[in-house]
Amino acid sequence: MRQTISILVENRAGVLNRITGLFSRRAFNIESLAVSVTDDEDISRITIIADNGNSVLEQVEKQLNKLVEVIKVRTLEDDAIIGRELILIKVNATPQNRQEILTIAEIMGAKVCDISPTTMTLELSANTEKLATFEGLLKPFHIIEEVRTGMIAVQKGSGKI
Amino acid sequence: MNGAEALIASLKEEQVTQMFGYAGATICSLVDSLSQTEGIAYTLVRTEQNAGHMASGYSRISGKTGVCMVTSGPGATNLITGIATAYMDSIPMVAITGQVPSHLLGRDIFQEVDITGAVAPFIKHSYLVKDPNEIPRIVKEAFHLASTGRPGPVLIDVPTDVQVQELNGPFVYPEAVGLRGYKPSNKGNDLQIKRIADAIQEAKRPVLFAGGGVRLADAQQDLMDFATTANLPVVTSMMAQALLPTGHPLNIGMLGAHGNPCANHAVASADLLIMIGCRAADRAIPNPDEMHKRMTIVHIDIDPAEIGKNMRVALPVVGHAKTVLQQLSALAPAATHADAFRKELQEIRTKELTRDFVKREGYVSPPLAMRLLGSKLDTDAITCVDVGQNQLWAGKHLPHKQGRFLTSGGLGTMGYALPCAVGAKIAAPNRQVVAICGDGSFQMSMNELSALVAGNLDVKIFMLQNHVLGLVNQIQNSAYSGAFGVALDGSPDFQTIAKAYGISSAIVTDDAGLDAAFDTMLSSKGSYLLIANVHPDATTND
Repeated sequence: MRQTISILVENRAGVLNRITGLFSRRAFNIESLAVSVTDDEDISRITIIADNGNSVLEQVEKQLNKLVEVIKVRTLEDDAIIGRELILIKVNATPQNRQEILTIAEIMGAKVCDISPTTMTLELSANTEKLATFEGLLKPFHIIEEVRTGMIAVQKGSGKI
Repeated sequence: MNGAEALIASLKEEQVTQMFGYAGATICSLVDSLSQTEGIAYTLVRTEQNAGHMASGYSRISGKTGVCMVTSGPGATNLITGIATAYMDSIPMVAITGQVPSHLLGRDIFQEVDITGAVAPFIKHSYLVKDPNEIPRIVKEAFHLASTGRPGPVLIDVPTDVQVQELNGPFVYPEAVGLRGYKPSNKGNDLQIKRIADAIQEAKRPVLFAGGGVRLADAQQDLMDFATTANLPVVTSMMAQALLPTGHPLNIGMLGAHGNPCANHAVASADLLIMIGCRAADRAIPNPDEMHKRMTIVHIDIDPAEIGKNMRVALPVVGHAKTVLQQLSALAPAATHADAFRKELQEIRTKELTRDFVKREGYVSPPLAMRLLGSKLDTDAITCVDVGQNQLWAGKHLPHKQGRFLTSGGLGTMGYALPCAVGAKIAAPNRQVVAICGDGSFQMSMNELSALVAGNLDVKIFMLQNHVLGLVNQIQNSAYSGAFGVALDGSPDFQTIAKAYGISSAIVTDDAGLDAAFDTMLSSKGSYLLIANVHPDATTND
């Protein structure tokens, strides 16, 4: 089962290593990982999407809390968060099908960030489902390269960690 | 003041009076600074692993954080087992390692190893020092982390250039630590405590299962008070041996695959199991994840991650064992419906404590030897026990008064007993210290006999010699195609070894000679090695 975990940590060298090491040691697979500093430059936020297989995620949450540099851990419920991921997709594009690609981009709310005689690169920030749809629509044009940031998430409403 | 001096000055601030270590190129500045400092004794080991074990034995007896210091590269990697051993048994320890100069980090230069990376899975926290000005804060934090909450080892890795750099200003040791992500909670939730008290009142077959955490919390008296008032049968883990005197009517013995059958019966047939300061690992309880179907399980631990890890728990309590036991005692619950259960257990226990052992003509019976040795030891004696059959015989059959039983219960590190005994003796020079080993485990650390000689320490060593790695031999003979690779061929004559160190020794060949042999050993001046001749087929069920 996929879970979104939001972690506030001390912004120091080696912290990420401690956290990811903990996941691998407990046989949890990290599907997506996003790290960046917060408004307080001493604190970073890590958003992890992990597949916990059949074991209990609670144990990982407790182990994360044991790390001295971890300030706060929260597992976020899928329906209680706003999750966003940024995708950059480079597709084959010829003068004949450029308009078709542009139509897809327009409907999906994506931006064109680069164009060449044979390719187009599109940018979209959205939730995971929408990105999957976008990717599916572009597949027929042949995807040359695709990069995703990993999801970041905040809680809906006034909730915070 | 330079970084090395700041580190040693910080140790002084932490009231460190004893260190264990092994000098090397990258800690020359630190050792030099130590040599110019009064009031910190230094014990040289013969391999770095044992600096960890000595610091562990020292910590467990002194109640202070054990400190060890070794050089970079192989010094640091040798110490890894010492750190892992301390981690598994939650022993407060600060390990200091030298490191290559910071501008050369990552270039695989001579004696460089990423030690903070290597120990990450089994250390409470670690520091790689980049700036000498951070040293007072780091040492303050390290000692705080090692000794509070669930104790454990903390590593400080100090590159040589940081050791020689001057501090920007005068040395100031911080008053307090500021760790945002580290705030262990000590007091148990009052509502949960009340629920436990109610459960005790109701229970017909209640059992209190005490682990090493009770000792770490210095809560043995609180446990005794609570168990006595509530009239609860107590079973212990390997790490909690000697928590209660063996003859105490509520002491039902040691739990586990190799434990006392009486303790296992108590837990298997309980309707309420109150666990405090223990992990309920595989060797203590078979199928721990099935237990909750048969009984109400209460788990009290300072580490929230322990609760629910191996067992499903009905009543979890996060807190310090001492505080929680006092909270429980304040409610004064009593197991008034458990008279029949207590009587049943006490009958089995009495039989167990007086049972006959398997006799093997011309050899010493290990369980009999343990029963006899324990009866002869001082009231507050410290026994340091190795790993293997010797550990299980001692765990099951060595009677305790108010002494200590120190062993590597979590990691099961062979060779722990002798260095642990050195540390224990240094911590308590006036207490009787006995190391119990097998001929396999003794050979893993017999090089540390030097520490006994150098420190003029009085440690009695009782070695069971069966010429084989006994426990593996026993397992191979019962569950595999037979013994392989376990015969201790090529072992030396241990009396010659003892003599070479100037240590007296004797061999006891059979049960008849045990009484006199123990008397001679215990009354001898200085360290002593007593070798018992044990049959290779002797098992932990003898």
